[in-house]
Amino acid sequence: MNKGLKRYLLAIIFLIFICGSFLFGYAPGKDIYFNFYDFLRTMLKFLPAVFILIGLFDVWVDKEIIENHLGQDSSVSAYFLVILLAGTTVGGLYIAFPIAYALREKGARLRIIFTYIGAAAICRIPMTLFEASFVGIKFTIIRLLTSIPLVILTSILLEKYLNRRDYELKRDL
Amino acid sequence: MFYILTSILIIILFFKDRQKTIIGVKKGIKKLTKNLPAFLNMIILVSISLYFISDEVLVKYLGQGSGASGFLLASFLGSITLMPGFIAFPLSGLLLDKGVSYTVIALFTTTLMMVGILTYPVEKEFFGWKVTIIRNVLSLLIALIVSILVGIFYNEVII
Repeated sequence: MNKGLKRYLLAIIFLIFICGSFLFGYAPGKDIYFNFYDFLRTMLKFLPAVFILIGLFDVWVDKEIIENHLGQDSSVSAYFLVILLAGTTVGGLYIAFPIAYALREKGARLRIIFTYIGAAAICRIPMTLFEASFVGIKFTIIRLLTSIPLVILTSILLEKYLNRRDYELKRDL
Repeated sequence: MFYILTSILIIILFFKDRQKTIIGVKKGIKKLTKNLPAFLNMIILVSISLYFISDEVLVKYLGQGSGASGFLLASFLGSITLMPGFIAFPLSGLLLDKGVSYTVIALFTTTLMMVGILTYPVEKEFFGWKVTIIRNVLSLLIALIVSILVGIFYNEVII
């Protein structure tokens, strides 16, 4: 099968399923379509903009800046920088992946980008405020203080493991 | 809102260096179209999972969660669902009112945030399947440790 077509295979099957559901009045199919539509709309609110920002970042930010601050010889402050960046990340984990990839391309070291991904999952600021108001500020503080060190620790271990295996990112994404 | 900020940035950069900015925007659009199938697949998986795992299902299963089975259920449901914070945390508040322990809530929300079975198509696209699996397993471990620590702080887990 054509490679481009293969990447859209699930989407094509899904489209046929949804069309069929509407044609034959299959209620679960319709519900799934409305879920799909809702989530797609949420994604369209920021996904294209995020990618344009990544493109601009790629062109405008010098590699040396990222290498110096987040690269192989960066200091402990690199963790603070990426956790701060993670705090302001929009969306969810799925937005953190392309951003982390762009940082890696610019020379950020692996432990820093994995810390970024983990931190983007657990301490995005708007989400944390939501948590504190619904579950309690004590809970939020305990959760952050226990999970951030663990994220940093596992990122260091993951980097060590991947460096031994000469891990490299896929090119040209 | 996000688009306004992006547009302002583009306009400022455009005046600083027209050529560079155009290349940047083009690169961004190219990256977006290249990764579109992965994101589309993720949206499809999420929309299907949301049909099976509604709020009511979560309340029902997490509500009775206690002991080892509650633990397993919370981490399983957290790992296979993806929902924004403004839905997840009010739901957690509701569960607390129903008597669900902080330990289970911590496990559910942490796996929800860190472990992404549904984001697999996107993560694999950028970092490869091996790293994706390792990172998710590590995240599951983190969630377990965090929830036990939360339990100790709230005197729910007795050492």
